[in-house]
Amino acid sequence: MAVTAETAKTVNKLAEQKYKYGFVTDIEADTAPKGLSEDIVRFISNKKEEPEWLLDWRLEAYRHWLTMAEPKWAKVRFPEIDYDDAYYYSAPKAADGPKSLDEVDPELLRTYQKLGIPLLEQERLAGVAVDAVFDSVSVATTFKKKLEEVGVIFCPISEAVREHPELVRKYMGSVVPYSDNKHATLNSAVFTDGSFVYIPPGVRCPMELSTYFRINAENTGQFERTLIIADEGAYVSYLEGCTAPMRDENQLHAAVVELVALDGAEIKYSTVQNWYPGDAEGRGGIYNFVTKRGLCRGRDSKISWTQVETGSAITWKYPSCILEGDGSVGEFYSIAITNNRQQADTGTKMIHIGKNTRSRIISKGISAGRAEQTYRGLVKVLPTAKGARNHTQCDSLLIGDECGAHTVPYIENKNMHSVVEHEATTSKISEDQLFYCRQRGIPAEDAVALVVNGFCREVLQQLPMEFAVEAQKLVGISLEGSVG
Amino acid sequence: MTRKPQKTKPTKVKMSKKALLEIKALHVTVDGKEILKGMDLVLNRGEVHAIMGPNGSGKSTLAYAMAGRGGYEVTKGRILYGGRNLLRMEPEERAAEGLFLAFQYPVEIPGVANTTFLKEAFNAIRKHRGEGELDAMQFLKLVRQKTKELGISDDMLRRPVNVGFSGGEKKRNEVLQMAVLNPDLAVLDETDSGLDIDALKVVAEGVNALRSPERAMLVITHYQRLLDYIVPDRVHVLAGGRIARSGGKELARELEEKGYAEFAEAAA
Ligand SMILES: Nc1ncnc2c1ncn2[C@@H]1O[C@H](COP(=O)(O)OP(=O)(O)OP(=O)(O)O)[C@@H](O)[C@H]1O
Ligand SMILES: [Mg+2]
Repeated sequence: MAVTAETAKTVNKLAEQKYKYGFVTDIEADTAPKGLSEDIVRFISNKKEEPEWLLDWRLEAYRHWLTMAEPKWAKVRFPEIDYDDAYYYSAPKAADGPKSLDEVDPELLRTYQKLGIPLLEQERLAGVAVDAVFDSVSVATTFKKKLEEVGVIFCPISEAVREHPELVRKYMGSVVPYSDNKHATLNSAVFTDGSFVYIPPGVRCPMELSTYFRINAENTGQFERTLIIADEGAYVSYLEGCTAPMRDENQLHAAVVELVALDGAEIKYSTVQNWYPGDAEGRGGIYNFVTKRGLCRGRDSKISWTQVETGSAITWKYPSCILEGDGSVGEFYSIAITNNRQQADTGTKMIHIGKNTRSRIISKGISAGRAEQTYRGLVKVLPTAKGARNHTQCDSLLIGDECGAHTVPYIENKNMHSVVEHEATTSKISEDQLFYCRQRGIPAEDAVALVVNGFCREVLQQLPMEFAVEAQKLVGISLEGSVG
Repeated sequence: MTRKPQKTKPTKVKMSKKALLEIKALHVTVDGKEILKGMDLVLNRGEVHAIMGPNGSGKSTLAYAMAGRGGYEVTKGRILYGGRNLLRMEPEERAAEGLFLAFQYPVEIPGVANTTFLKEAFNAIRKHRGEGELDAMQFLKLVRQKTKELGISDDMLRRPVNVGFSGGEKKRNEVLQMAVLNPDLAVLDETDSGLDIDALKVVAEGVNALRSPERAMLVITHYQRLLDYIVPDRVHVLAGGRIARSGGKELARELEEKGYAEFAEAAA
């Protein structure tokens, strides 16, 4: 592919900027030594040229982390994590990646093809170092301009620390304090990348932040940190992740996402998580320990989480809403699929503080193979939350006889003028339905995908259009081999 | 599974060149209970046969065994379809090879739009036959034409498969699927039950439209009425796990008058 002069110029400029801000000259190593210590935290902060206050915050988090115990209440099992046996900082090196698609795991390529992902993007996802990156950069620049015109800030969080310190300082840790839980605390100490979004008052973000993000997600890190602020009357739809499995060697992932919605603002956050789940016997695979929380600070604000979780060996994740503003709304729509030896303990927390706050939970769990899955949800209505309403619908579908599904609802209602409703169902995938499909010519595996997609429909409908199509295909791919 | 290869003489296949379906000494067990006990049937291309018989005599069992439903175990005998061993094929392969079963109790699939389901089925079958898949527009055109002929509303196409459909609507939907998938061998299991007179005519027209010298049909019914519209070449009575009697279309009328008393012994 010919690289136009224009693109080349843009790239050169970007490269210069990277040089300018990227690395401090007195530290030559690109990778910090193994293990975790105060020195490592300083090293990371130094690499990022961070201000004093942020280094202090990281260090406080680190010191607190040392005193914390692993959360043990989730229904997942894994060996003790050796935190000293991991690297906490390594600069991305293009040279490490495969040189061409010929060197990439064929299994991974097969999945890309099934998802209908274009070749160029396959290369990027698989981490191939190619000229095509030039193209992505120029597209990204176009998007960036469009966003700047309406005053939307969308950049790496490390850039936000430099360019918009007042915003970062005001909001970072305001929803998930560094002391929240052991995984979030670790993230606070050592986070290295992630996104920052600020939507100014009254602005409706002119595009799904998905497209842009997808192009830029070359290094989705181990300890991502994302902060999204929608100012008064603002609206944004943000899409994290990718239906295509990413090449990634890190086992432990501990991300933190914080959302803040002010008066009348709305944030829609959609995730498709498709990290490596390990092989059929449960070897390898990512531990995905994520803390995601949104704060509806303003009146009539709204935060909506939609997640499609099909990857990782272990998922530990509870995207939550704190409904502080009167009349604010929290939503959680979830599809979790576990196959083979995967384990997922996922759900949400809806904390009703303001008057007339409403929350809605729809969770669809699908378990196959020898996988174990738990829905764990808390609905808490404080005495102040007069007129609060919650509705929870929680459905589990089992494929085969060796998997498990568990529903653990916690309801704490301290206000008598409120309504909390919980419905739950567990069923096995219906042989009648599968046979009906097959009698019409639909092969067994496609029949499972079709029936499961139907089961998940209410949640799939919540996804942005172009993504819903890919997510549907992903449902089928995740369940491959689940019928004999 | 044991079969009796010594009975499969090559001449036999040649002899019944016109035969689309040959059922030979078929034994089927469901849940440990033998339901079909040596049933024979030959259905030639271009023919329509009716199967009648008391409740529980095994009519649906026969249909399911042909379609390959799990739990319907063929312990003896064989089924040839176009000269090929049908029992060796997966259910979806049987369907793709042109076998269609209109279910006595059509199944609901929540969350899956009727058109989506039909398009998946249609394209899966085309793919199996090495034909190109139709895109959404082309497919919709095809379906619209069929729905018009069958008096099925667009609303029914958008709704999830059979969910909330009335008994009659479900049966019409089966006929719609049949019309779209264009099978070589259609087995209709009590498609007339629960239909009002007008719907019965519509369904019968749909079935008759499919009649051709290349195709064949097996119509399972309890009522002579349907056979006034779909005139069968042969009528069989299934009782006691086998075909107890066969005759022309006048047999249906006789059964309507006399009931199945004469077959009570066979059934016992
Ligand atoms: N899954 C099953 N488990 C146990 N018995 C079964 C099962 N399916 C069918 N049977 C039995 O097999 C016998 C034949 O049933 P089948 O449905 O084939 O009858 P039918 O001739 O279609 O009756 P109808 O006219 O009422 O539709 C019945 O006695 C029925 O109870
Ligand atoms: Mg029956």
